[in-house]
Amino acid sequence: MKKKLMSLLLAGATVMSLVGCGSSSGGAASSDTSSASASTEGAAASASGDTVKIGIFEPKTGENGGGGAQEELGIEYANSVRPTVKVGGKEYTVQLDWQDNQSDKTVAATAAQKLISDGVVGVVGGYGSGVCIAAGSYFSDAKVPAIGTSCTNANVTLGNDYYFRTCYLDPFQGKVMANWAYDNGYKEVATIDNIGNEYTSGLVKTFTDAFTALGGTVKDAETFQTNESDFKAILTNIKKSGVKAVFAPTDYLYAPLLLNQAADLGLSVQWIAGDTWYSNVLIKDAGDNANGVVADTFYSEGGNADFDKGFKAWIDADSSRKATNLDSDAIVGNHAVAYDAYMVMLDAIESADSFDGTKIRDAIASMDASDGFACGPYKFDENGDAIKNTSYICVIKDGAWTFQSEEKVDN
Amino acid sequence: MSLSYFIQQLLNGLSLGGAYALIAIGYTMVYGILRMINFAHGDEFMMAGYFMIYSIAVFPWFISIPIVIAATVVLGVLIERVAYRPLRNAPRMSVMISAIGVSYLLENLANYLFTAMPQSYPQIPILKYVYNFGDISVSRVTILAPVLTIVLTVLLVMLVNKTKLGMAMRACSKDQETAKIMGIRVDNVITMTFVIGCALAAVGSILYFTDRNTVQPYSGSLPGLKCFVAAVIGGIGNIPGAVVGGFIVGICQIAITAAGYSVFSDAFTFVLLFIILLVRPSGLFGEKAVDKV
Repeated sequence: MKKKLMSLLLAGATVMSLVGCGSSSGGAASSDTSSASASTEGAAASASGDTVKIGIFEPKTGENGGGGAQEELGIEYANSVRPTVKVGGKEYTVQLDWQDNQSDKTVAATAAQKLISDGVVGVVGGYGSGVCIAAGSYFSDAKVPAIGTSCTNANVTLGNDYYFRTCYLDPFQGKVMANWAYDNGYKEVATIDNIGNEYTSGLVKTFTDAFTALGGTVKDAETFQTNESDFKAILTNIKKSGVKAVFAPTDYLYAPLLLNQAADLGLSVQWIAGDTWYSNVLIKDAGDNANGVVADTFYSEGGNADFDKGFKAWIDADSSRKATNLDSDAIVGNHAVAYDAYMVMLDAIESADSFDGTKIRDAIASMDASDGFACGPYKFDENGDAIKNTSYICVIKDGAWTFQSEEKVDN
Repeated sequence: MSLSYFIQQLLNGLSLGGAYALIAIGYTMVYGILRMINFAHGDEFMMAGYFMIYSIAVFPWFISIPIVIAATVVLGVLIERVAYRPLRNAPRMSVMISAIGVSYLLENLANYLFTAMPQSYPQIPILKYVYNFGDISVSRVTILAPVLTIVLTVLLVMLVNKTKLGMAMRACSKDQETAKIMGIRVDNVITMTFVIGCALAAVGSILYFTDRNTVQPYSGSLPGLKCFVAAVIGGIGNIPGAVVGGFIVGICQIAITAAGYSVFSDAFTFVLLFIILLVRPSGLFGEKAVDKV
């Protein structure tokens, strides 16, 4: 009797703990996020008095908290450059409504609803495709236009008239990296896919298609699960396959783990990754093992002198900003696309000359602007994706990201 | 499949299993004495990772390691005092829920204090030295993990079986009321259990994170669950059982991933749990439940 009772209890406890595990990635409380927008005005009032609210939909916490923090810097800087918007001949102060989507698809829906009930006229963000896809239908149902920053999965904007983005897409990125690998003499590669991660799976698929079409072979396709931290088994498999290059477009979280564990196993290959790996933290976290890593990015420092100068001065002016940017004033692609997303939103509001969601949406859709961006010009295709044909390939050399080449691919 | 490939994967599995085993001991000891599952144990392990990051910034590694162990022990004992001891006479389920609460508290606290960004774990050169045998390359910590685990387990079993403290522990696990009547300070014994469990979790965290390089606030949740499963497989309450369970879980996880079924590697651990509970609810080495009439 006692035996049975105990096994039941244990089974129950396990189920409970599993449930706990499922939601733990989004369990972080973040009461500080909404305080920036502590305003008393009622819901659905898009602009009242002299202020207008723009929602910021970024992960402050969770697995993509680091990337979200960098984009928030870009947006904050943009807001400091352009704190007001002119509609109907009147200047309105832009008030940023920060909502943390916690890198979690469930929380993303709540954050989106909070933004809508706060009465934002538009949304900027965010980092990570999964959360944007989860939030997309809420924005379109409420007719609130949103401009994605670095969500590169095609499904963010596909079939959603109200979601736009300032970055390029995974199919483009996959092609770029496939071209780069093939052109640099890697005819056989291995890929590493994170099951259930839209970004990684999308990129691995487009890379594989493009690479095979070029005549290359994906000799070993390895997979891992979200939150895995032990990659030795799959890295040993890759070592056995004998390839010289590995395409691993994972979330940043896994990058130093892969690099360091590969070094322990004596696996020395050319690492090829997507935009997420383009971060200075990687150099800090993986040290010498990061040398030689190749990643593409939306923007490379030196592409726009005015933006570089302004942003660096702004970062250096405040130690807490610099701390958020990992004690450096280096510029990454996420700063630039986030900055641009904010600017596109304000341009659209001004050219629509209205706070009406549909009108702003139409203004974004018909936009053709080239001034005032970090990595413009901006023009959007019928899906709402910025038309871009250039990606910047960078490599880590002697402990620093170095620009290597521009890759152009016609979509 | 070449021999070197097999040996490489086996070493991967043994080192993972060794770290799991050390954490599983913490679950099993607390269960043995308090009949509760300390769900916060995995998060104590994660906190130990952060302690190392911060202490190595100030001290050399040979001072940092004792500091990390001491800090983790203090944390564990504090949790016992604050969250478990006041519930000593409450139903067992209340303590378990309190433990889940502590687990979330630690995760969110880490999120708040250390941010969600993964932080790189210090690379202690003496542990990271890489040996090369032909095709096989292993770091020293990979070899050290299973060896250290077995040595510590032998010491712990000796402590439980040969010393006065061990005798008191065994008495408490049999019957706390009677133990109290016999003059054993039950609260002290429980504190000692947490001290040992946390010290081992700290050692486990050094072995685990040195090989895996980064710590983030949720680093402890999945390993924690797996070690709990390992403890149940070995027979919860049984120390050598937890160690065997840890190795089984670690090696199976590597074997499944290596075979290309990484989709199922986590699921398998929990399927194993259900099978064990169905077929042998007391675990591989669990004591037969003696019905007290």
